[in-house]
Amino acid sequence: MKQKILLYVMVALLLTGSLGGLVGCGQRQAVADPTKAADPTEGEITVYTALEDELVTEYLAAFNQKFPDIKVNIVRESTGVITARLLAEKANPQADVVWGLAASSLMVLDNQGLLEPYAPVGVERILPKFKSDREVPTWVGITAWETAFVVNTVEAQKLGLPEIRSYQDLLKPEFEGHIVMPNPASSGTGFLTVAGILQLKGTEKGWEYLDSLHENISHYVHSGSKPARMAAAGETVVGISFGYAGIRQKRQGAPVEIIFPEEGSGWDMEANALMKKGEIKPAAKTFLDWAISDEAMNLYKVNNPIISTGKGGTYEGFTFNPVDQLIENDLAWAAENRESILEKWTQRYGTKSAPRE
Amino acid sequence: MMRNAGKILQNFNPSQFILLSILTSAFLAGMVLPLFSLFVKAFQDSSGVFVGFANYVSYFSQPALFHSILNTLNVSLTTSVISTMLGFAYAYALKRTNIRFKSFFRYAALFPLFVPTVVHGIGLILLFGRQGILTELGLVMELYGRTGIVLAGIIFTFPQAFLMFYVTLHYADGRLYEAADSMGCNALTKFIKITVPEIKYTLLYSFFVCFTLAFTDFGAPKVVGGSYNVLATDLFKQVTGQFNFNMGAVVSTLLLLPALLTFVADRMLNTNNYCEISTKAIGLKVHKNKLRDGIFFTVCFLVVSFFLIFIGALVMNAFTNFFPYDRSFTLEHFEFGRAAGGMQSFVNSISMSLLTAVFGTLFVFIYTYLLEKGKGMKHLKRLGRLLSVTPLALPGMVIGLSFIFFFNSRSNPLHFIYGTVIILVLANIVYFYAVPYATAAGALKKLDKEYESIAESMRIPSWKVFSKVSVPLSLPAILEIFMYYFVNAMVTVSAVVFLYSADFKVASIAITHMAGAGNMAQASAMGLLILTVNLLIRSMYELYLHSITKRRMKKEE
Repeated sequence: MKQKILLYVMVALLLTGSLGGLVGCGQRQAVADPTKAADPTEGEITVYTALEDELVTEYLAAFNQKFPDIKVNIVRESTGVITARLLAEKANPQADVVWGLAASSLMVLDNQGLLEPYAPVGVERILPKFKSDREVPTWVGITAWETAFVVNTVEAQKLGLPEIRSYQDLLKPEFEGHIVMPNPASSGTGFLTVAGILQLKGTEKGWEYLDSLHENISHYVHSGSKPARMAAAGETVVGISFGYAGIRQKRQGAPVEIIFPEEGSGWDMEANALMKKGEIKPAAKTFLDWAISDEAMNLYKVNNPIISTGKGGTYEGFTFNPVDQLIENDLAWAAENRESILEKWTQRYGTKSAPRE
Repeated sequence: MMRNAGKILQNFNPSQFILLSILTSAFLAGMVLPLFSLFVKAFQDSSGVFVGFANYVSYFSQPALFHSILNTLNVSLTTSVISTMLGFAYAYALKRTNIRFKSFFRYAALFPLFVPTVVHGIGLILLFGRQGILTELGLVMELYGRTGIVLAGIIFTFPQAFLMFYVTLHYADGRLYEAADSMGCNALTKFIKITVPEIKYTLLYSFFVCFTLAFTDFGAPKVVGGSYNVLATDLFKQVTGQFNFNMGAVVSTLLLLPALLTFVADRMLNTNNYCEISTKAIGLKVHKNKLRDGIFFTVCFLVVSFFLIFIGALVMNAFTNFFPYDRSFTLEHFEFGRAAGGMQSFVNSISMSLLTAVFGTLFVFIYTYLLEKGKGMKHLKRLGRLLSVTPLALPGMVIGLSFIFFFNSRSNPLHFIYGTVIILVLANIVYFYAVPYATAAGALKKLDKEYESIAESMRIPSWKVFSKVSVPLSLPAILEIFMYYFVNAMVTVSAVVFLYSADFKVASIAITHMAGAGNMAQASAMGLLILTVNLLIRSMYELYLHSITKRRMKKEE
């Protein structure tokens, strides 16, 4: 008898738990109904972003201090996943605003007609190469991210490896099997690095360089920040990654050094955009205005040396103006030739997949 | 003529037919239609124009593809053979030998199911990576590549194989073994003539389940695969690297092939009569055998020691400042405040998992019951079986994307579930369907058909047989299904990552973010918390099970 009662109690608990979940969710839906959307300083918006979790938390706190009545719901995923989600939701966009997503991704969205042109307040302060070239911009850049080498100093010392300053240094035979690089077919950082090298050295010399670099690579991974993580954990000595990925590891206590190659870095930028949909909420525009304001820029530049107004922060690893680190990057060229570059890359380096002994 | 009609009527039960039809339609709406909305893209170009097989032609003309296919077959075969053998040996040890610490071993075997797969990757790196604990002790191997994928695959599929065998081996007819003993058969003959026929269905099914899981998994290749290319990473590259949904759809259809093989195998096995436990079966008595117990104890011991070292590495990582460079103690990594979601995501995870477990178990068991015990309805049943094994071959990303395409369209009357917890629950039920189906089918096949025929001759309605006989007899399997759904929903990432909404985040996603941000220690810490919740739920279940067995034993006395 006791057991039977126990069973009933458990079943009852489970059912109430589940129903509670359902009802709770229904209520959440009801609350989300934005009827009082006329006032631009209140309402509820959904923001899709690829900025890092800890940065989103920090920046949002500042936004909500200024606009306490705007509730911002965040969906944060890696660049690839968030772009795929935005494209897949094309039929009925869920996001109101895209915040801090790769410009190369936003160009894809723009080509498919998913973005609503909008010129946020203060857009004239943004340098021309950091915003879309339409009359009313469809996307506006906030920060740039660029190729950087993350080097584990403890392991490098153990193995007696030479110092790295440039792309050329990576070709030294001592580095064989000690470099990890993102695969350009699955990682934005991988692609901007390869596109950067091709633009920097010219196509022919560029492919020759990549051929030699391939000899030293231990393997290619599917994420741009992973090489930095691997270097931090000592799983590799050199990770070809991007600046902030290395900085973050250093802050967490990893023995890494972040090196920007002296030839210059390939780059892409994080940018904002307004989604085209039936009802565009005024609060979404308020958010976009704030997201390029001086207040926001001052927050960004603590973590990123390069901001789109050009007045970047002082930054460890730079003895010069960080914007000079960026090569003359033709984002349109890169977007146009993306498919052929990836095809050639995969043909040359993608099939030799067996791990080295 | 009259007699013929009567016969048909006897082999037909209208209420069963209606119920089976309704449930099958639900299955069609929840899985087939969404999949169709994705697969149709395999035959279109990016602007939606029909192009026939052009995408397939261009996909198969890639030189790298041949390697991907060979690599995929290579790792899937290795993984499935090893997992199935280990799973069987482990379950056999717990059910058919007299080794000690059985309940402990039983818990320990399920450990890999209790944490997200990304945590398996972290654990492997902590043990075998270049700075790994075992590497430091001199066990040097190249983790990144084939070795890593196979190891992660085994860790992930072993518990699934074990669970299937555990349920099957639970049901045995002791009379067969006693008869064999009295005829003087040796252990090997008994094993080949009695045990193997008993488990052959599970043996094949387990092999196909492990094979398909390894075939479609891209979690392991992504974390420890190095540059070893497999088909699943191709899908990942096409969708999240190049945003090419058309090619992604092409790869998704190719990944379905092993599920079709599973279905064919299932059909072949179903046409053979295999042994049911008859109503006259008696329990199995396990004889004393020191040598046998010794061997099986060693197997269990080795597997469990590996898992314990694994957990130990996670614990160490969670409480260490920065492994391996700063090994001082800290509690800092358990402060999740800053990561998006925080504690709320934990609560969300639990309620989503409960919903999944309750509704998933109800659906799986009733549906499988109708497929196994329903009268007539040959074609509907065949369709149902095909639907039931298909989810096995669906990578989470395929389910996620197809749910977006299907449910996010304004013209869909079910559109209202998009962005709510319901779609997450639905995705989980579909994604994890195949193993609960196998568990339920395995248990139900063992129940004698005589129950139904006796009930019919006594004019007892079939729902009464279901609730008074089939459910109580299958209770271990039902609870197992419930647990399976719960723990998997707690740890799943791949399907949910495309579907969770801004105001309903879950803990497993939070872990991926932490690992993605390079905060392995915090990810380990969150992994340990999820492990604890799953262990708590599991022990509640064990306590309950224990109380029933105790009661049964009392009754028998």
